[in-house]
Amino acid sequence: MSRRTPSKAERVASRRIAGAFLVSAAGAVGFAVTYGLNGGTQWEGVCLAVAFAGLAVGLAVWSRRLVPTGGYVEEHEGFTPPPAEQAMTAAVFRAPESPTRRWGLLGALGFALTALGVAALFPLRSLLPWDRQRPARSLKNTPWGPGVRLVDDQGRPLRPDGVPADTMVAVFPEGSIDVGDAPAFAVRLNPERFIRQPAGGHLGGLVVWSLLCTHAGCPVRLYLKGAARVLCPCHQSSFDLLAGARPIAGPAARPLPGLPIEVGPDGFLRATGDFTAPPGAGFWSRR
Amino acid sequence: MIMRPLARALDDRLRLSPITRRALAKIFPDHWSFMLGEIALYSFITLILTGVYLTLFFDASSADRVYHGSYAPLDGTTTSAAYASTVRLSWDVRAGLLIRQTHHWAALAFVAAIVLHLSRIFFTGAFRKPREINWLIGVTMLALALANGFTGYSMPDDLLSGLGLRILTSVVESIPVIGTWLVTLALGGEFPSDDMIPRMFITHVLLVPAVLVALVSLHLGILVRQKHSQFPGPGRTEHNVVGSRLWPGYTLRTLALFAWVLAVLFALGGLVQINPVWLYGPFAPAESTSPAQPDWYIAWGDGALRLFPAWEFRIAGYLVPAPFFPGVVLGGLSFAALYLWPFIERWRTGDHQPHQLLDRPRNHPVRLGIGVGALTFYVALVVAAGDDILARLLRVPLYDLLALFRVLVLVLPILAGILAFLIARALRRSEAASLGGLTRADLRQATRPGPRHPVGEDEPEAPTLHRPGERIELWPEGELWRWRYRNEAGQLTLTNNRAVTSEEEAVETAGLAYPGVDRIVVPGPPPPPPPGRMRTALRRWSRAAAAASLLVSLLLERRRRGGDQGPQPSDPAESGSPTADEHVRPGGRP
Repeated sequence: MSRRTPSKAERVASRRIAGAFLVSAAGAVGFAVTYGLNGGTQWEGVCLAVAFAGLAVGLAVWSRRLVPTGGYVEEHEGFTPPPAEQAMTAAVFRAPESPTRRWGLLGALGFALTALGVAALFPLRSLLPWDRQRPARSLKNTPWGPGVRLVDDQGRPLRPDGVPADTMVAVFPEGSIDVGDAPAFAVRLNPERFIRQPAGGHLGGLVVWSLLCTHAGCPVRLYLKGAARVLCPCHQSSFDLLAGARPIAGPAARPLPGLPIEVGPDGFLRATGDFTAPPGAGFWSRR
Repeated sequence: MIMRPLARALDDRLRLSPITRRALAKIFPDHWSFMLGEIALYSFITLILTGVYLTLFFDASSADRVYHGSYAPLDGTTTSAAYASTVRLSWDVRAGLLIRQTHHWAALAFVAAIVLHLSRIFFTGAFRKPREINWLIGVTMLALALANGFTGYSMPDDLLSGLGLRILTSVVESIPVIGTWLVTLALGGEFPSDDMIPRMFITHVLLVPAVLVALVSLHLGILVRQKHSQFPGPGRTEHNVVGSRLWPGYTLRTLALFAWVLAVLFALGGLVQINPVWLYGPFAPAESTSPAQPDWYIAWGDGALRLFPAWEFRIAGYLVPAPFFPGVVLGGLSFAALYLWPFIERWRTGDHQPHQLLDRPRNHPVRLGIGVGALTFYVALVVAAGDDILARLLRVPLYDLLALFRVLVLVLPILAGILAFLIARALRRSEAASLGGLTRADLRQATRPGPRHPVGEDEPEAPTLHRPGERIELWPEGELWRWRYRNEAGQLTLTNNRAVTSEEEAVETAGLAYPGVDRIVVPGPPPPPPPGRMRTALRRWSRAAAAASLLVSLLLERRRRGGDQGPQPSDPAESGSPTADEHVRPGGRP
């Protein structure tokens, strides 16, 4: 093995590559030190980036300056094998003792495997909750019902005067604040401005609607108080509260379901039934 | 040296040297567009490495947990364990935030690299026979990457991702008949269920990654088996691959790319904040954030949901809600079109030949037009997903912008597709090298129907028997034989990627790579090829630039010393010179 003397360009490249690797090592040490001193995310990221960038520069210069790029060719034999090859392989499968010749047994085997495969699907049923009704029915039913009191997000029952004008108050069924399809909102509107009566009725202008957009189920938390409209921040559906929470723009197609309410004997607001329609996004159902 | 006995021992047991020698000699074409898939691969590796670290700290549970830690606004609050552990991971675990943000950036880069790679494969026709299988595997990996990105984004149980998950749930619920069943099957109940975070977790960290690793291996195995495709050029035929060998050139290059990917991702992860879940707050069914945008690769679906009008109908009284069309139908059609494209194109063109040479995009104006139109469509949808932000920035009414987008998203793709089609046709007919070389006459000509180009025979290979100026030279090298291809006209010399053991084998491989080209035996190895014109010019220029900068720095140095000897504080130009010097000096270093 004779070593030829490196050219000047090679020596320069080698020096540059070694320098880049040293920078990389410095970055790695810097990361370790930063970690040890709890120096913060930014410096940790910068040190690691320097470490890897040093590696990258070194390797890139190495590949560009010290080894040839291109200039080689490899044959490509194509993929259709010669007919003789194909015939030989086919003959192996058609040999007298080959299992592929016994169609009857293959059919029985296929039947057994199919049965096993179908049986293996059964445990998937465990992914469904056992004790519930059909999904569509459970989507329609919410914790609201006759006599369920309205509470705010702290769980405090609400009186009619707990809903001031010009704001929306998120309300929940008592005891079920975290249930996904139950959130509703109460607003106080001027009944004389109603173009259409709210589906769930109103108590002197106090109306409760489902908070979930009928398009994709996001809470319609943006309240434009002057116009008495609510807007969904996800896809910008907006609903006119004076017209029975009818959708007036955006991709939602159905009005927000209303919640019928009354004032209970204890002076607190309570529902007299479930929402007037299934809350949230639509699904395959007959209403 | 410990390596040599170890290598010998392995070779004695596994007979590795013949395989290794062939593998190291594998040829990779030298074109940047072949690196896009590798960026995806290296992002994926980064995802696995950072993701494993995250699993050590993330608690995939929706049980209540009180957060105690250094993020004061949430200290002492009760949230889900998933959210609390994510905040703890970000604020109280050292390097946790870096790894988490790098993981998220790597996910964005992963999908972006897949999409770019897919576009390259599409526009150059690399999906044609024999590479349809790898196309199908690639599209499957894209779908899995989207799915895993979404579950990963949803797991921290923050308010923004909770909204995203709720929207996806609504989209799935919109499927006729089975939608509600699918949601219940996936979540184990109504949204938000207690089971959903553990289930997403196991999907995100085990099921999908395992399938992805298997598919990546299959993708690369098929790639090695089928060898690379390549762009047409001198010395390149349907029967060979021209480029660099895996060892040493390509190994160094691809490792450099790996290091670049890591460097960029860690720089982003350290310096650019992403998904600050502590600002969004924990998920609560009655809360929402505004603005609410998903990660970019899901945004096309969100944009479609925003733009699709409020059209619903009933079948026998049963509701088919609006999200069904932009969510389920559009997504399904998109992936169906991707899966079926190789077969649709083969059916339309009747091209059943195997192809190792790629198309230039201009050679297939129809394919280019359709591809550009489709990309424009999805980009328009992504932009539409930010319509509320755009409306605020541009100070225009949101619903006017929405109406505009509804038109643009349908019109722009058609215009872009037609434009791409015409430009491709003009380029192909005029043989202009690039867009700048097109004349107005070329463009006018392109709008008229011309002679049909039979697809697949755009660049028929020259008759192999009489190719002037081409020859194969074979020579012995000790016990071994090598050969090379020479093209006198183009001054091109291509050496066989590996030595073979006999003259017959050399003749055989040369005959496979260049059928019909004359072969002669020469006495010895050829002199190294002269450097290309471009490289010579670059080297000359860089030397000249280095000399010039050296000269400039010397002059400046002398002038600065002169200034030091005779200080002139009153001179504003002189007082400004030290800073100028600081800028110049690094460049002046030889």
